[in-house]
Amino acid sequence: MTGGEGIPPALWNKATSDFPCTERKDVIPIDVYSRVLPLLLDGFVVTIQLVIFAGFLSFVMSFVGGLARLSRFAPVRWVAGFIIEFFRGTSLLVQLFWLYYALPLLGVTLPTGLVGIVALMLNYGSYGSEIVRSSILAIPKGQTEAAIALNMTPFQRMKSIILPQAFRIMLPSFGNLMIELMKGTALVALITIPDMTYYIKEARNTIGHDTQLFSMLLVAYFIIGIALTMLFRWLERKFSAGRV
Amino acid sequence: MTDTQEKRFTAYDIDGKEPIVKYRKISKSFGDNEVLKEIDFDLYPGERVAIIGPSGSGKTTMARLLMTLETPTAGTIEVDGRHLWHKEVNGKLVPADEKHLHEVRGDIGMVFQHFNLFPHMTIMRNLTEAPVKVLGLPKKEAEERAKEMLEKVGMSEKAKDYPASLSGGQQQRVAIARALVMRPKVMLFDEPTSALDPETVGEVLNVIKDIAKQGDMSMMLITHEMSFAREVADRVCFFDEGKIQEQGPPSEIFTNPETERLREFLKGFNVNGNGESQ
Repeated sequence: MTGGEGIPPALWNKATSDFPCTERKDVIPIDVYSRVLPLLLDGFVVTIQLVIFAGFLSFVMSFVGGLARLSRFAPVRWVAGFIIEFFRGTSLLVQLFWLYYALPLLGVTLPTGLVGIVALMLNYGSYGSEIVRSSILAIPKGQTEAAIALNMTPFQRMKSIILPQAFRIMLPSFGNLMIELMKGTALVALITIPDMTYYIKEARNTIGHDTQLFSMLLVAYFIIGIALTMLFRWLERKFSAGRV
Repeated sequence: MTDTQEKRFTAYDIDGKEPIVKYRKISKSFGDNEVLKEIDFDLYPGERVAIIGPSGSGKTTMARLLMTLETPTAGTIEVDGRHLWHKEVNGKLVPADEKHLHEVRGDIGMVFQHFNLFPHMTIMRNLTEAPVKVLGLPKKEAEERAKEMLEKVGMSEKAKDYPASLSGGQQQRVAIARALVMRPKVMLFDEPTSALDPETVGEVLNVIKDIAKQGDMSMMLITHEMSFAREVADRVCFFDEGKIQEQGPPSEIFTNPETERLREFLKGFNVNGNGESQ
């Protein structure tokens, strides 16, 4: 990720300087595609990076948060509950703005890319925590009791018996969440992270042709969405052992 | 024990033996509902005790307290000379922590009404998971043990299958094998055939009978199968309203019930003098 500085000017010039005319109407649509596509690909890489990093961190936070909400220790449950409800109950856009504009005023400045990832993690990780919590609670009590009868420790019970079964229940919901997160990445363009949406907006300001630009953008997001769907279908099949 | 103490209360030879399990003044309440009332109960090494009684009489809770699935409201349980629910600290009994429970409950095994096999593991894995993770056996040795037990319950061919592909009776046989690989000193059977189709009850009872015959394991059998209790048990305990109302060798309990309650209860099962269901 390029951090806070937005599009490197050299890159932008390379893509736009060759346009034959500064008059917007003179750029014919076929040129729009060929000129903007390289930029869109740069943004595509950034979006994919956001999905991977924020997705992974959301996943981790989901388990930490979900398990903390089921902790034996009440203070752990309270703190986790507050954090989760807070980030679930506030807008991702406002969280982004707060981290990007307000936090520096308090003396903490994070790299822009990190702000985007952290905001996505907090928001989608909070939703994920509820997925983890409810999936664990959905496992019948008899499973825990059988594990106790075999003298497993609480850790072994969770790791070998409960979580593997709960994970299977979580997968479809996590698939959904990852697609939501992928779409949520479009918002980070508003804090100048150069993802796909950012480039398309820049291109629109320079050369117009909204229809072509936004059509390209839709297709690009759809491609990632399809890939995520296929990934989770595959995972669901992989983890369905033992079910008839 | 009440008046049964003077006469022989079990057909098992307990001369000179110390009980392996001692319940002392054990009470258990769920909210306002007192399901066990100051129970005293001993189980001897190798003895097989059938626990019978109407539903809600506290029989299942007896087993669940010993398996540490429920916490007693009052009283103590000892297993092989150690307190189960308490630790001795400076001569005083304090509630046990998870570590203490882990140490003591290794002697106990349990078979559940609803089998509770692990659906995400093969039958083999169901049997080897705890021996490897809890007992620390090498995988090979655990598999040897598991094979031996699957043989015993007649489920060898299903080792690679998942529980969902088995009938209820087969699942319960696997569950019995799973408890046995841990080699507990005391086995608890909590209504092991109550959730089964009638045609598979027999196969499970036969497996339990086999184990009862060959083992020197203590067994606590909570059951509604009176002829089975009669055949397998050294002692029958009749529970009602949270108390042991009557106990004795099956020959006496089924032929000469002393209390009106037990007579009434047995009537419901159509049990004749031989303990056979009619």
